Amino acid sequence: MAVEARKSDFTGKAHVALNDPKLRANFRRAMDGLMTKRAAQFADAEEWTSLRARGAAIRANALAKLPELLELLEANLTRNGIKVHWAETVAEGNAIVLDILQKAGAKTVIKGKSMVSEEMHLNAHLEANGITPVESDLGEYIIQLAGEAPSHIVMPCIHMNKVEIAELFADKIKNLTYTEDVDELCAAARAALRGAFAGADAGISGVNFLVAETGSLVLIENEGNGRLSTTLPPLHIAVTGIEKVIERLEDVAPLLSLLPRSATGQIITTYVNMISSPRKPGEKDGPKEVHLVLLDNGRSRVYSDVQLADTLRCIRCAACMNHCPVYTRVGGHTYTFTYPGPIGKLLSPQLEGLDCAGDQVHASTLCGACAEVCPVQIPIPDLLARLRTEAVHPTSVAVKGGGSARSLADSLGWGGWTAMYSSPLVYKISTRVMGLVGNLMPASLPMLKQWTSVRTKPKFAAKSLHQLARERGFSNE
Amino acid sequence: MSSAKDRIMARLKGAPKRPASALPDWTPPAFGDQRMARFRAMLEAAHADVHEVPAAEWPERLRVILADKGVGSVLFAPKTATGARLAQAWSAGESPKLVAYDRSVEDIKDQLVHEVDAAVTLARGGIAQTGSLVLWPTPDEPRLMSLLPPIHVAVVDKSRIRDSLAETLSAEGWNTGMPTNAVLVSGPSKTADIEQTLAYGVHGPKELIVLVIEGEVE
Repeated sequence: MAVEARKSDFTGKAHVALNDPKLRANFRRAMDGLMTKRAAQFADAEEWTSLRARGAAIRANALAKLPELLELLEANLTRNGIKVHWAETVAEGNAIVLDILQKAGAKTVIKGKSMVSEEMHLNAHLEANGITPVESDLGEYIIQLAGEAPSHIVMPCIHMNKVEIAELFADKIKNLTYTEDVDELCAAARAALRGAFAGADAGISGVNFLVAETGSLVLIENEGNGRLSTTLPPLHIAVTGIEKVIERLEDVAPLLSLLPRSATGQIITTYVNMISSPRKPGEKDGPKEVHLVLLDNGRSRVYSDVQLADTLRCIRCAACMNHCPVYTRVGGHTYTFTYPGPIGKLLSPQLEGLDCAGDQVHASTLCGACAEVCPVQIPIPDLLARLRTEAVHPTSVAVKGGGSARSLADSLGWGGWTAMYSSPLVYKISTRVMGLVGNLMPASLPMLKQWTSVRTKPKFAAKSLHQLARERGFSNE
Repeated sequence: MSSAKDRIMARLKGAPKRPASALPDWTPPAFGDQRMARFRAMLEAAHADVHEVPAAEWPERLRVILADKGVGSVLFAPKTATGARLAQAWSAGESPKLVAYDRSVEDIKDQLVHEVDAAVTLARGGIAQTGSLVLWPTPDEPRLMSLLPPIHVAVVDKSRIRDSLAETLSAEGWNTGMPTNAVLVSGPSKTADIEQTLAYGVHGPKELIVLVIEGEVE
């Protein structure tokens, strides 16, 4: 498995992706389909408006009460027999999971889809310690076979087409004859993974919602692999972020009415799995031990800024990326880090630091399509603009790497700009000079090049607006 | 040294307070006399087979349905009323072989994972809005029954179908006592991970048969 690069290179990767017609066709087709299906689900604007207001308020309130709800959640989970672990960093989270597995003597693990486990690079950590993780969500299984990372948070192998998957399966699955038939490919995966399920010593999953009042883990999925991973092996470890908690069980209903409809245009996923306890005496199946690992990894730092904490409302539906004109054209791998698209542009710079992923906050036109479809009303463009500011004028300790984009050239440039616009005399001289020499400056001048490489160089007018106005007889005020 | 939890909680508690607000009004949908029609339409749209059957006749009807599919063995829960009805009704005549889920999964795993063709369970209720079955597995009717065999047959009482999940949660007071596992099932197992092409039965049941029963058992 590839080790994640420490720093993102959005521009460089974007150019490669933009020139890959197959990749662009794969994303275009997928995103068009997802947008159409979502729109059909929310055809009733009144219903959408009230449902979404409710969903946003539920998430905002849960964050307002986050410390209390986490305490309540832990108390109720513990009472129910589910063991709770806290991890401040990815390294701590990985160590906790490994420790639980080693104590149980587990050698093989079957995994349900979990973006937090991707954020932790858990598979690589387990493999390095002699434990074999097998991804069971079809999309995750495909990219695990291919040795790749997910390119979308809901549909991990969306960047691949049928032919690529058919070739991969024929190459990697024993005794499988090449086929492009989707039913046959799915049957092959089912057959290959049945044994893995039966033989697994433990199951690892993510969580969609943590219900504080009842101490329940809510997981949604379509394939049944999530239920199998959390039911068949004798040990279940769930990993998730500390922000996933909600206060009441009844909050699940509106959120569940928003999440799958926003994500895949389904009114509900095939399975909604609510887990509140390990196997009780007398019960014939289910894991005998259930653990929950709560990962921080920067979330509590983000939480300390009231505006940026809105990022933590996210329920990971991926509607923002499905509707993003940038994501659709460059695909998920361009974003380097685990979470791509608009939510990724917010999360990665905040979790990893603006010094590592700061270029991502500029990978947006601020068109607002993401905020329009966000089921919990995260004002993504406002938060991107805020992070752009933090990158040069840090105001908050909540932002890691704030001020890292500050450069001498930029400071001089903007300083000159300020001086010019705050003094009438300097302004007058500058406009005169630019009017005379501006058009003589070559487009390849270092400061101009970034702009002119993809745009026509603007023409300086021979006369300034002031001059023109005066000639037409307007007097000064 | 303080624990990870202490350090995380200290940061959360040290953050500026923000007010919680009253939740805006939201009304879940209601279907009135169209409830059953909605339930059926949504399940069928999700590729499930729905049959409305008088309560006294469901085992017989199921025998015919499964015979058409060439089902050889059926997993059942012998200690439940549903399982007992099935065993009694199928004791005479030509029926699929009944396999009892009457011991721990560890002792029956291979058979469950690789051998049985179908399983029959009761559903606690239904949800019309989304075409969902509500399952609360029990010691006598374990979790894997609705998950491992290629065909899942769920028997649901028509009078237990409600409009929405919100109504189900509040009317039945779920928050006062959750079971080990509660599941909503809204069709057979499916995936669209390969080119957004729908395929059924990738991990769970390939077919979901819903028997909506009405009336008393004679």
